[in-house]
Amino acid sequence: MTRLHEYKGKELLKEMGIKTAPGYMVKSANEAEEALKKLGTSAVIKAQVFTTGRAGKGLIRFIESPEEAKNIASKMLDMDVDGLKIDKLLIEEKLLIKEEFYGGVILDDNAKAPVIIFSSMGGTGIEEIAEKFPDKVSKAPVDIIKGLKDFKARNIVRKTGVSGKKQMKLAQVLVNLFELAKKYDARSAEINPIAICNDGNIYAADCRITIDDYAVHRHPELGIEIARELGHPPTPLDKIAYDVEAGDYRGTFYFIQMADGFNKGDKYIGFHGAGGGGSMMSMDALINRDYKIANFCDTSGNPPASKVYRAAKIILAQSGIDGYFASGSGVASQEQFHSARGFAKVFMEEQLNIPAIIRLGGNSEEIAIDIINTYGKFFPAKIEGYGRDDTPAFCAERLSTLLEDKAEKEYEKVDFPVKINPTYSFETITGKIEFDHEKCLNCKSKACIEACSPKILKIVDEKAVLAISTDDAKKGKCTECLACELECFLKGEKAIRITLPIQGLDDYRKKVMS
Amino acid sequence: MSIIIDETKRVIVQGITGREGMVRSRLMIEYGTLVVAGCTPGKGDSKVHGIPVFDTVAEAIDNVGDIDISVIFVPAPLVKNAALEAFDAGIKLAVLIPDRVPIYDVLEVHHAAKEYGASFIGPNTLGVLSPGKATLGMIGGKASSAREWFKPGPVGVVSRSGGITSSMAYYINKLGIGNSTIAHVGGDAVVGMPIPEVIKLFERDPETKMVTMFGEIGTSQEEHVADLIEAGKFTKPLVAFIGGKAAKSGTRFSHAGAIIEGNRGTHEGKVKRLKEVGAHVVDDFGKIPEVTKRVLDSITN
Repeated sequence: MTRLHEYKGKELLKEMGIKTAPGYMVKSANEAEEALKKLGTSAVIKAQVFTTGRAGKGLIRFIESPEEAKNIASKMLDMDVDGLKIDKLLIEEKLLIKEEFYGGVILDDNAKAPVIIFSSMGGTGIEEIAEKFPDKVSKAPVDIIKGLKDFKARNIVRKTGVSGKKQMKLAQVLVNLFELAKKYDARSAEINPIAICNDGNIYAADCRITIDDYAVHRHPELGIEIARELGHPPTPLDKIAYDVEAGDYRGTFYFIQMADGFNKGDKYIGFHGAGGGGSMMSMDALINRDYKIANFCDTSGNPPASKVYRAAKIILAQSGIDGYFASGSGVASQEQFHSARGFAKVFMEEQLNIPAIIRLGGNSEEIAIDIINTYGKFFPAKIEGYGRDDTPAFCAERLSTLLEDKAEKEYEKVDFPVKINPTYSFETITGKIEFDHEKCLNCKSKACIEACSPKILKIVDEKAVLAISTDDAKKGKCTECLACELECFLKGEKAIRITLPIQGLDDYRKKVMS
Repeated sequence: MSIIIDETKRVIVQGITGREGMVRSRLMIEYGTLVVAGCTPGKGDSKVHGIPVFDTVAEAIDNVGDIDISVIFVPAPLVKNAALEAFDAGIKLAVLIPDRVPIYDVLEVHHAAKEYGASFIGPNTLGVLSPGKATLGMIGGKASSAREWFKPGPVGVVSRSGGITSSMAYYINKLGIGNSTIAHVGGDAVVGMPIPEVIKLFERDPETKMVTMFGEIGTSQEEHVADLIEAGKFTKPLVAFIGGKAAKSGTRFSHAGAIIEGNRGTHEGKVKRLKEVGAHVVDDFGKIPEVTKRVLDSITN
């Protein structure tokens, strides 16, 4: 679920015909001062930050003058709340509230329908009200096709003891709120309180709207940067990862940072799961051994090797992690050697130097583990590959053992990707493959041809070239399985280089290093 | 017997000409599923693995006769219409494989299913497999792996996590215990056939002697299973594991379903409720096979 800020939610409410107090979203103290001049009356200033109990934390303040607006805004914009930086404020005309109500639309997995909830008591948490005053709360599922009819809304309001004109007006708010929820694919849309004011009008005094992550693409107008429930504003790495996911429909890639500001030795582990359930259990296995999770990451649903490569690269961009733990459900339906190749490429490129456990149980796991062991000889870190018969708990124990073992590993240092003078290249869906045909001439193995699973390479005059059009390769006939590059490195003349850019990652790493 | 799928059910694959549809229909056919037709708008008159492809589902039925189940492999934004097409053509069960189907679409599919007297599994499901008989979706990945990993037997398996569905069944099979049917209900918050519905089917299946279940935080599926046991509507032994102990409130681990919303759907709440009604709740995932074996031995001896 992606949560909208109050000011954004109120824009949608206004669009659907629900009144909100006149106001402005501002980003600086000067803008705040301006806003108050324009309003020309007492106002309220509200920090736009995802936290509960804003009033108690001094994040909602009443102000009388432009000077006061400027002062308080500059203080708020300097604050950190639960580690979140405040960068937006909402300044609204102060409402003179007579009565408060609650109205909400929530998608209910049980009813498999949107449910309308209304309470004749507003202001505080609806859960509390429902517990203490069950007769003041009424709810009903809505027929998704027919929508919320006016008479039905009036009956929902009626059941809380509200009658007359008031009932009609409140029902209209619910009808409009339901339309909003449906139009914007809201998982939940709540107004709390719905306020009847001294001027006789009904206002949405505060709101909380969440959008279905899977439908965010239908609503570019909402300007949602990253469709994820993060519990924190997206970090630079969260954003970099999200762009990778958004730009590649093949398989799933999900990455969120779960910790920040830790150092080597703090027992934080870079986590790389596959599948939600298996990932959760694998993280539990780490936690049970007193490790901490630096990030959550899931590559599953048969992702290409290139996607696993990018995920691993992003995980390793977190400075301060002590180890790398890849573990999914254990018996994956997908062919596991694709993931293994993604890992092999990253670890060689990075010359991995923290212990890694790679659990790749599932189809063709023998090949996958063999890839991990084979390429594990080319970087300093200790690494072990495991399969479906090795439990997450056992694998976490192995990670512990590797972390405690101070003996150095014997390995062959390599430059990867290999240094070549490219004479031939083609583009893939998300990257580029280059060949040094001078080197191809000396190659006896032609290992790339054998390795290429979609069979799109051929040998012409001893050189490896595309057997299909460059267009087809770019459109996805090249599956980015990375096998040609890795096999050429091992058995050929080290003549192939695959580049898979990750937008923003290099800049991020430079910044972190400095 | 088994539930949901066996070798006699006639199956169509919607989206059979796509990347996943093509690979997975091969798995289904090779495993023993009676795939009688495929459907991709605009690609009628072609064949995939020898199976005729039609432009519409209704056309497929006109040509090959009645169809029991549609397995849907179209891209997520098109899933809703594909399911509505299947129902409208008279198919009573749709299996929605794709991930990332918008929830309002799922609610509409549910609405239509009710209207047509049909039901659906998923979305975001790995599928259902009845060992030795047939499979829907992609459990096992390859027919040879599926045959090696899963054998017929008395334990029903149901799970909210795709990967765990296969791994749980595999680990149970390693102790020499087979399965009647292995079902993944789908990882999303709203699914067509949640665990309690599958449990009711297992109750009616004489071959299923007990059920092993993988639940998760979020939603109230596991609590409803407990309600069924309490009400005497599920009378067979249940071994259960609830994943997501480590999840922080409000954090989502890939599954939209795995959200802790208020007090509902918490790990503790689910475990407590299931224990109250006498389910065998296992704390360590690795112990599931051993507890399953012990429970099975206790009812068969």
